[in-house]
Amino acid sequence: MSNHAILEVKNLKVNFDVSSEGDMPWTKAKKLQAVNDISFSLNAGETLGIVGESGCGKSTLARAIVKMVPAESGEVVWLGNDLLGLSNAETRPYRKQIQMIFQDPLASLNPRMNIGEIIAEPLRTHYPKTPESDIQARVSDVMSKVGLLDNLMNRYPHEFSGGQCQRIGIARALILKPKLIICDEPVSALDVSIQAQVVNLLMDLQEEMDLALIFIAHDLSVVKHISTKIMVLYLGNMVELANSEDIYKSPSHPYTQALISAVPIPDPSVEKNKNLIMIEGDLPSPINPPSGCVFRTRCQKAQDICSQDKPEFKEVSSNHEVACHFND
Amino acid sequence: MSLLDVKNLKVEFVTADGIVNAVNNVNFSIEEGEILAIVGESGSGKSQTVFAMTGLLDHNGSATGSVKFEGEEILNISNQKLNQIRAEKIAMIFQDPMTSLNPYVRVSEQMTEVLIHHQGISKLDALKQSITMLDAVRIPDANNRIRMYPHEFSGGMRQRVMIAMSLLCRPKLLIADEPTTALDVTVQAQIMQLLADLQKDFGMSIILITHDLGVVAGNSDDMLVMYGGEIMEIGKTETIYSTPTHPYTQGLMSAVPRLDDSEERLITIPGNPPNMMKAPQGCSFSPRCKYAIDTCNIDSPILSKVSNNDHFRACHVSKEKIL
Ligand SMILES: Nc1ncnc2c1ncn2[C@@H]1O[C@H](COP(=O)(O)OP(=O)(O)O)[C@@H](O)[C@H]1O
Ligand code: SF4
Ligand code: SF4
Ligand SMILES: [Mg+2]
Repeated sequence: MSNHAILEVKNLKVNFDVSSEGDMPWTKAKKLQAVNDISFSLNAGETLGIVGESGCGKSTLARAIVKMVPAESGEVVWLGNDLLGLSNAETRPYRKQIQMIFQDPLASLNPRMNIGEIIAEPLRTHYPKTPESDIQARVSDVMSKVGLLDNLMNRYPHEFSGGQCQRIGIARALILKPKLIICDEPVSALDVSIQAQVVNLLMDLQEEMDLALIFIAHDLSVVKHISTKIMVLYLGNMVELANSEDIYKSPSHPYTQALISAVPIPDPSVEKNKNLIMIEGDLPSPINPPSGCVFRTRCQKAQDICSQDKPEFKEVSSNHEVACHFND
Repeated sequence: MSLLDVKNLKVEFVTADGIVNAVNNVNFSIEEGEILAIVGESGSGKSQTVFAMTGLLDHNGSATGSVKFEGEEILNISNQKLNQIRAEKIAMIFQDPMTSLNPYVRVSEQMTEVLIHHQGISKLDALKQSITMLDAVRIPDANNRIRMYPHEFSGGMRQRVMIAMSLLCRPKLLIADEPTTALDVTVQAQIMQLLADLQKDFGMSIILITHDLGVVAGNSDDMLVMYGGEIMEIGKTETIYSTPTHPYTQGLMSAVPRLDDSEERLITIPGNPPNMMKAPQGCSFSPRCKYAIDTCNIDSPILSKVSNNDHFRACHVSKEKIL
């Protein structure tokens, strides 16, 4: 692994206890493996894109990295320290270096605070002694970075459009000068014209501040555009991890291949001649995942071995890892 | 005669803060067996256009103009007549299947009721036809699954149930309002394929409302681009993708990254979508348009012919200047 990695996630597992309808009080809760054995590393200035169907564990993975949900096992090594082994107090200094932004910009902003207060809040929390004039200067500075005029400081979130709310969320994330921003579906709720503005903004900020990004989205076209490398998740498991060009040009896992073929290209001539790989059936329940390979119930290439042995996640070419018994 | 002919359609909402002009002077028509996509960003008036046609506007909304279906006026006709048309000729499906499914009633009950009520057939025949329709939308084990409740189906399957239900009476026109927006791409691909197959089998026309330019590209014959309640451009889907002649259409197309391409930087449309309460004077796109001239802030451009094959645009600046 690279020496420049600021984040190294190793064999991270997150389980949830779930009870189902009709369970008796004494029934033992079932384990849902939301995130299963995930490992990757991320360098400063790099973007890791995470794609997969809804419910495949993208958000849980993101939350586990910042300890918003407890991990079952594994390591989250941030600048050399395993955050999972630290107490909350010990995590605090690192916690501010990793910020998050979310899908629903308006819902993630406190409606009773004005924009200036919302953006300043993390600064006030982490550095309570900061003089008011410094706070104001920092707020103006990040507002201008994200393209918001600072005379909007006294306005309230509901007065802003979705795209502007996302800018506010980004400004708030930037005020502590983080090294990593985890973006959980940051543009999914935005119109295409606004989506492009926010994507460009994130890429500009990344370059300017040498930020690392984890960019979660279900739109593979957007993810490929912004990411250095892409991880494909299925039912909580990594099925493929590669540079974003490679994922698109030579997808190796049958699920990745199907996913890519399903993405509609805005070009009628391409769409007309497209060879669609359909995935039949439904996503299996994560409470009761298939034995062996998690994808086998929907995989056209599945063989007997796929139900018996779980395929190892291994390198098929340089920087290209896949979990499939039949890599081609 | 077109299957559907919409002329000068306007939709207004009266609100406490003033009048919202949600749809302004919309004109288009659909032929039998044709798929027309309506694309635009949220709030551009796509849904209200079709809601007005089918009498589904909110109580504070009203529509003017003309909507002719098979030659007959259907805009603002009595509820009774509209109910009949909606049950027999024009079906609608939505992003959220639960808009049209009752969560507390078995699918079998909901489906057979439609047939018994509108076609007066026996319960047994209705059940048979309903199962056939669930087969047609490729719900496995339809014989048994028809007894399930809507919530027992997965998202994609529920969408199929809604489609099956909407097609029971073999409508001539299916209006699909963002039918795959809430679905994962793999499921979206299945549903779009299904709609295309059903369209061929039943020979119906479809109005496909979506904000996704990828979905439009692969699934429509013609397309109509809306912005701020107005039509910006309309024509053959292939023509518009190969030669978009309206600044907004061009902007929209260059703002989406393509999976099969790698662009250094996305080209954006500056600014934000219009506030329909205070719609700008003149062209609704003028505050964001890089080609705008003085006239654009004064007069609304009218939709006029670009060239052959029914390609129209609404813009004051000649297409040569913006290509
Ligand atoms: N009941 C209502 N009262 C006031 N405005 C409304 C009402 N329903 C819709 N609108 C407005 O009409 C405009 C067009 O909406 P709509 O057709 O739903 O857009 P789209 O389907 O393109 O997203 C929007 O500005 C919306 O806010
Ligand atoms: S291991 Fe088997 S089931 Fe899994 S993806 Fe590969 S071929 Fe398909
Ligand atoms: S009419 Fe004017 S403002 Fe509107 S799209 Fe054309 S050039 Fe732009
Ligand atoms: Mg709509």
